[in-house]
Amino acid sequence: MRALCYNGIRDLRVENVPDPGIINPHDAIIRVTLSSVCGSDLHLINGYVPTVQSGDILGHEFIGEVVETGPQVKKLKKGDRVVVASVIACGECQHCQEQSFSLCDNTNPNAYIAEKMFGDSGAAIFGYSHAFGGYAGSHAEYIRVPFAEKGCFVIPEGIADDSAVFCSDAFPTGFMAADMADIKPGQVVAVWGCGGVGQMAIQSARLLGAERVIAIDGHEERLRTAQMIGGATDILNYKKVNIQDALKELTGGRGPDVCIDAVGMEAFGEGIGYYYDRAKQYVRLENDRPVVLREAIMACRKGGTVSIVGVYSGFADKIPMGAAMNKALTFKMGQMHAQRYIPRLLEYVRDGKVDPSYLITHRVGLEQGQQAYDLFYESRDHCMRAVFVP
Amino acid sequence: MVFQRKYSVEETINPQPSGSGQVNIGSTERMISAFSGALLTFYAIRRPVKHWALLSAGGYMLYRGLSGYCPMNQAVGRNTSDKEIESLQISRTVTVNRPRSKVYAFWRQLDNLPRFMQHLASVTPLDTKRSHWVAAVPKGLGTIEWDAEILEEVENERLVWRSVAEATVDNAGEVYFKDAPGGQGTEIHAIIRYQAPAGYAGQALASLFNPAFGQMVKEDLRRFKNLLETGELPVSEAQYSGQRVSDKTEPSKKQEIYESPVL
Ligand SMILES: [Zn+2]
Ligand SMILES: [Zn+2]
Repeated sequence: MRALCYNGIRDLRVENVPDPGIINPHDAIIRVTLSSVCGSDLHLINGYVPTVQSGDILGHEFIGEVVETGPQVKKLKKGDRVVVASVIACGECQHCQEQSFSLCDNTNPNAYIAEKMFGDSGAAIFGYSHAFGGYAGSHAEYIRVPFAEKGCFVIPEGIADDSAVFCSDAFPTGFMAADMADIKPGQVVAVWGCGGVGQMAIQSARLLGAERVIAIDGHEERLRTAQMIGGATDILNYKKVNIQDALKELTGGRGPDVCIDAVGMEAFGEGIGYYYDRAKQYVRLENDRPVVLREAIMACRKGGTVSIVGVYSGFADKIPMGAAMNKALTFKMGQMHAQRYIPRLLEYVRDGKVDPSYLITHRVGLEQGQQAYDLFYESRDHCMRAVFVP
Repeated sequence: MVFQRKYSVEETINPQPSGSGQVNIGSTERMISAFSGALLTFYAIRRPVKHWALLSAGGYMLYRGLSGYCPMNQAVGRNTSDKEIESLQISRTVTVNRPRSKVYAFWRQLDNLPRFMQHLASVTPLDTKRSHWVAAVPKGLGTIEWDAEILEEVENERLVWRSVAEATVDNAGEVYFKDAPGGQGTEIHAIIRYQAPAGYAGQALASLFNPAFGQMVKEDLRRFKNLLETGELPVSEAQYSGQRVSDKTEPSKKQEIYESPVL
């Protein structure tokens, strides 16, 4: 089959690789019909992740059709159109049974690497480095899905592929940001970042009853989209206004009740020194990234909640703990528990409450993989999300 | 209630020392050297991110074990072949989200052990107490075999075993099971003791070997948990990818698991 493989920094190539087969009894093989780029892929492609190896197939947000199932897979059948959770979870461990699927104990065969990095390992993620399991990703014609009954969800009739694909990763991530912040009706929510995840966080905050949602980004057209489609009540361009002042102004001097960081700051590695250096290097290279968390902490209302879904993987410098402590903030964070949210999100989409399909700005073949990521990375040509049609 | 222990690996039980070689490394040390070296080498090679320190330590021990000659011993004028042998101890623990009786039963059926202990080729029960163990030394270096006996067994609580005299790898172990708090399943505590070579070089070797061996025991326990909770072992290594396709290793043990789901 054809697959988009990492060959080096910002060097993705389509290669011919063997078709995946069933290895374990709970596996299924999916023919991929749509596979989206995601912001977190950029840090793999840009070479900040030492456990990415040349030949690795990227991609973790996808839909497809079931073509083969292992002997223990009963609830799926050939031909099912499914959306697949980007995190791989067994459904049997303590964490899975508590619905914290991204903390699954049993899906990362390279747990020892993550253990060195984080003290313990969470669930594996498709196409997301060897530290996160080393599973082949979805930018390919076919993909092997372990624990398929837990991770594949049949897409109800009437939901288009373009809407369903983001129920794999971007929508559940944005939704979890709002859900774990325990938003109460009437509250004011600020969302940093208006890419795919940020857009979904904005919509989710509205769904969960936020009275006002303030969208923050540096790209005018993304802000406009957040307002026109996402339902943001206010938009702030950090290139034009002082965010701290503007947020105070918009909230009668109190600050937002909930601050969602949908940007993150990503740097992977092994060992403390590596992380520290990379994080610092990254800050110089990609300014503004860790600024989001600091800004959210400083802006958040006393007693408010900071909800983090933008990915952090190493060490963050100069986090204002004094502000967090003295304002009695609550921190909520985590990789999202896709399997917990997907059924509910598919209902929202089916009922017309949310239609994530507007995130797609580019539709390309695998051969345009590197160009698509370049557009996405540089936010050129109004690129919000590019999807591959393998 | 205080649980009375007849044997405790931590306090009383030592592996039975054996070994009589008269090269400058004793045969026990030599076997351990070869065995652990092969394991380390194997372990380092099969990692997705190759662990060069392990590789070279492994290679060194392999050489030492196979040749019966240690340049380090020679250099410091030591001969460890007739010295008393110390033993090293590793303890690791894991929590399995399954009832204690199930967890115990799976472990007690000793022929299950190779399904999660990666270096074991087979364990064959000979009678209720005795069993025959075979470990495959990777890279075509053959196998190492020994007999072990269960010294103490308390159902659903504890197992203590020891290799019988003249084992090639002298080892003893204890594993005990207890309920995790809050209904979180069962805690398994494994304590493994094995003979380490004596002397200066032995110390150096042990300090190299111990962390890797500890990690190995930990990985074995992790696989035990994987298997009991899900009926399979997570595997991504055997998967397709670009470019590296040619150097993919065969799926090895995973296929057996596929054919015989546990639960
Ligand atoms: Zn993602
Ligand atoms: Zn799990």
